[in-house]
Amino acid sequence: MVAKRIIPCLDVKDGRTVKGINFLGLREVGDAVELGARYASQGADELVYLDISATVKGRKTFVGLVKAISERIDIPFTVGGGISSLEDAGRMLEAGADKITVNSAALRNPSLVDEIASHFGSQFVVVAIDARKSGDRWMAMSGGGRFATGRELFIWASEVQERGAGEILFTSMDHDGTRQGYPCDVFSELNSLLRIPVIASGGAGSAEDIAAVLSEGKADAALAASIFHYGEITIPELKHFLVSKGIKVRI
Amino acid sequence: MIAIVDYDAGNVRSLINALRRVGVSEWELTSDPELLMSADRVLLPGVGDASVALASLRFLGLDSVIPSLKCPVLGICVGMQVMCRGSEEGDAVGLGIFDTDVVRFIPGDPSVKIPHMGWNSLTGLKSPLFDGLAEGTFMYFVHSYYAGICDCTVAASEHSVPFSAALCKDNFFGTQFHPEKSGSDGARLLHNFLSL
Repeated sequence: MVAKRIIPCLDVKDGRTVKGINFLGLREVGDAVELGARYASQGADELVYLDISATVKGRKTFVGLVKAISERIDIPFTVGGGISSLEDAGRMLEAGADKITVNSAALRNPSLVDEIASHFGSQFVVVAIDARKSGDRWMAMSGGGRFATGRELFIWASEVQERGAGEILFTSMDHDGTRQGYPCDVFSELNSLLRIPVIASGGAGSAEDIAAVLSEGKADAALAASIFHYGEITIPELKHFLVSKGIKVRI
Repeated sequence: MIAIVDYDAGNVRSLINALRRVGVSEWELTSDPELLMSADRVLLPGVGDASVALASLRFLGLDSVIPSLKCPVLGICVGMQVMCRGSEEGDAVGLGIFDTDVVRFIPGDPSVKIPHMGWNSLTGLKSPLFDGLAEGTFMYFVHSYYAGICDCTVAASEHSVPFSAALCKDNFFGTQFHPEKSGSDGARLLHNFLSL
């Protein structure tokens, strides 16, 4: 049986990680390559790098960073942020990324998913979906959760699967940043609906939260940023905890 | 000289980066039969559709060259699959080095996701490729088709069914997983292959 994956997420601006980092002995805390290498050596199963640069110069720096990551990092990594065309995706593949993630660009232009998947394979395309509960429906949001799209989460997730997405990265905007845990019922429903893996993001405050979304929520992977960056729990500690809960992970 | 077969079957950057990390400074990315026949090691990477990869090998005339190589040869992922008897993917005839067929995963249980993607553990390790690696070692896989267990199987894994994670026959080796993306254990396997 394939192991559940633990995926640290690094936000990058102008080539450097931006979130607070609590690793001892890391000389340059903003160095995205070194931080990723540290996570990889601790047992991270994959890495996600999100470019949050808003400038053209920042975006160009990111492509160079992706090359440096691929030279150094020996586990799969996904890159995202600002990928809105087949050409953008191709540049990332060329730079050595294993997968790309698209979010708002896919909502604006759903056929982008088909285009990237048919050119580079479904395994290359992760569709990120941010959603928020509105009444009794979960609705996809764009622009980092700022704009309503009128698309219902489950319908949109099924559509992008049919269009060729290889994985879904789902974040509940109602839980993101709260550190109160994930909406496991929504993850479980997504997992039952889809044939492709689901990565849970947004809301982890503890190892128990991650165990819950991987077991009750049936998610295939959990992505987290702050609990790793601030050193509250290390990846080896988390993985040993998950094993103690009967969850298969790579140790 | 280490040769990487250049047959337009996916991005070889990851493999080259991994070779660099295990200390390889020179390699040839080539489809020239002469160069392949004079190499000390041949690596056959591959992602995508096995039938497309096989058509490309045939177009380049490498379908007869590869089985005749005498040095250690390592096929990775689709590079391993093309060395089998044949593949259900595109109903393709393979190079016939490994005596097994490549078929699609058809899980009865809907919770078993296809492609098989992520880290899975290996059992039944029996090849110098795995020197220094323990039973239960995890490697990184991404595939929807698999080679069944056969006499050439030197490592098995399981994804709704048991399948060949690695194959070996004479000087030919194949891994369904990606050693170039499998952390330090994958690096160890590449190092072992280069040290054979």
